[in-house]
Amino acid sequence: MDLFEYQGKQYFARYGIAISPGEVAVTVDEAVAAANRVGYPVVVKAQVQVGGRGKAGGVKLAADRAEVELHAGNILGLDIKGHVVKRLWIEHATDISKEYYAGFTLDRAARLYLAMVSARGGVDIEQVAEEDPGAIVRRHINPLDGLALAEARSIVEEAGLDAEALDGAAQVLVDLYRCYVEGDADLVEINPLVLTPDGRVHALDAKVSLDDDAAYRHPEWEEFEGTGEIDERERLAKKKGLNYIGLDGSVGIIANGAGLAMSTLDVVNQVGGSAANFLDIGGGANADVMANALEVINTDQNVRVILVNIFGGIVRCDEVARGILAALDRVSLSSPIVLRLDGTNAVLAREILAERASDQIINEPTMLAAARRAVEVASGEAAGSAGGRS
Amino acid sequence: MSIFVDENTLVAVQGLTGSQGRFHGLRNKAYGTKVVAGVTPGKAGTDVEGIPVYDTVQEAVDAQGVDATFVAVPPRAAPAAILEAAEAGVALVVCITEHIPAKDEAYVAARLQRDFPGTRLLGPNCPGLISPGKCNIGITSGDIALPGGPVGIVSRSGTLTYQALHELSQQGVGQTTCVGIGGDPVPGTTFVDVLEAFEADPETLAVMMIGEIGGEAEELAAEFIKTKMTKPVVAYIAGQTAPEGRKMGHAGAIVSGSKGTAIAKMEALSAAGVTVAKNPTEAGELMVEIVRSLG
Repeated sequence: MDLFEYQGKQYFARYGIAISPGEVAVTVDEAVAAANRVGYPVVVKAQVQVGGRGKAGGVKLAADRAEVELHAGNILGLDIKGHVVKRLWIEHATDISKEYYAGFTLDRAARLYLAMVSARGGVDIEQVAEEDPGAIVRRHINPLDGLALAEARSIVEEAGLDAEALDGAAQVLVDLYRCYVEGDADLVEINPLVLTPDGRVHALDAKVSLDDDAAYRHPEWEEFEGTGEIDERERLAKKKGLNYIGLDGSVGIIANGAGLAMSTLDVVNQVGGSAANFLDIGGGANADVMANALEVINTDQNVRVILVNIFGGIVRCDEVARGILAALDRVSLSSPIVLRLDGTNAVLAREILAERASDQIINEPTMLAAARRAVEVASGEAAGSAGGRS
Repeated sequence: MSIFVDENTLVAVQGLTGSQGRFHGLRNKAYGTKVVAGVTPGKAGTDVEGIPVYDTVQEAVDAQGVDATFVAVPPRAAPAAILEAAEAGVALVVCITEHIPAKDEAYVAARLQRDFPGTRLLGPNCPGLISPGKCNIGITSGDIALPGGPVGIVSRSGTLTYQALHELSQQGVGQTTCVGIGGDPVPGTTFVDVLEAFEADPETLAVMMIGEIGGEAEELAAEFIKTKMTKPVVAYIAGQTAPEGRKMGHAGAIVSGSKGTAIAKMEALSAAGVTVAKNPTEAGELMVEIVRSLG
């Protein structure tokens, strides 16, 4: 789960990391009220989960009430790379003398945590990594050792932070490490981490991505639920416990297994189509799960055809076939289905489905053939032709 | 020959009395795997269809001489179960459990590396491994595997592993061992570990590798293949059309920025001399051609 900046800052605050006083606002009036409370000058910041807000006009300094009204009005509803701004974070403006970068993530290849610190903050850190990789200090942290203050200090020193920032930055790094580990984050980043003219070190932005698998031990995450930028289809899928990601093509996809689902997207693309979604129904693939999956895809207006790609390993294809038929009795579909069932008992499954085959249920023996057929149907080429091949 | 397991491997199922453990443990036994024990705290003295159950892995090891365990317990219990097996000196621990928090996985990996270098963890969140006709630990369906080699399979995905087995078996091409390393960010066993074992195995003549987006495991595999491997490798990478920043089902399958894309992985593998397929079917066909050309 990716947090918005304001949520990330609230999460940082739990671990003792200094942030500027601020409040969330969803209307211009709320923005003004928030600004009055946090004290002028304020920064009006768009809350979207995408980089490059500043360049897109989503971050503005406001000296007084009139400027807050102007900027809040402009930024609310602004489209930043496809993300429409619905919330603002109104924050007391901070004087900045230096901007740094600090973050933690997992180095998968080393199987260790990775601390990253740079004296070149405030800009796109990936760009810094490309142009001047030496400007980012990377240090592995063994989970068994943790991060002590002395080591944190040696990291910020090596990164070349200014002398007056070293103590404060080392402490922030230790606190950020706790936030990363105890807070079960996949990624924590502060960019920029700023040094103020009076010598304080302070998080001016927050990027936090939480590990959904750890949600069971974080009841405090509940407040973050439901605020994400997921679309309606994803909301419905989540409610039904499905592993779904909305895309913008016309071929609805249902597959069992994440790898097979990804692969189905690829093959649809290779034969000239585009997927409307990623949907992994897992190993089970029973009638209930299938009906839920079909219901979710049925709500997608862009879908012209549904491609069901199931490989029977432990789950037998004849069970899946019966599940599909039972699901079809429950869900009235607005698009035809192209089915590919292979693996254990696939022949039997095709016989079961042949009884119901029509131009609404089309069987194909292989993944490639099924993808071709689905793309034909989606592009209207198959319209009017008698389906029912099995 | 096979890698990591063979017909003599003695297996204990941690969580044999639970629904997953029972279902898959009994299937593994029915396949011919020597499933000699189950482990469930508090259930010592009972049995599951004749398989004796012990309270601890150590007791199972002492009584039955267990070589490998199959961890089929929920995510909250799995990290401790893996470490318990390692402490009892088990050489191979296969963990199918999905949704273990990444921090727990990193902790387990660090403990294994520091304290139990003699234990190999396969998984978590993996389908397990099968050496057709000899041993099957995990959730792979034995019906779709064909004994006799000469192909070794290594994969990050479950159903794509089955797909690969199926494509080869249907063409009469058998497998030495098929290893699912799992889709999580901190896998206990990596592509490189498995490729190394296949390179050393005289009966494995060619390797099929199935990767996916996210991380740099495939790039590291490419480096290994380029410098250390003599056997032909066919690879397929899933997720060529995956959007940036979205986890595609597996916790490890995510493209962040320019990192972890399928294209970068395919290029790295291709540059290492690997035959790279566009889709699983093509990967199967290319592998069959290579095997036939080997005679």
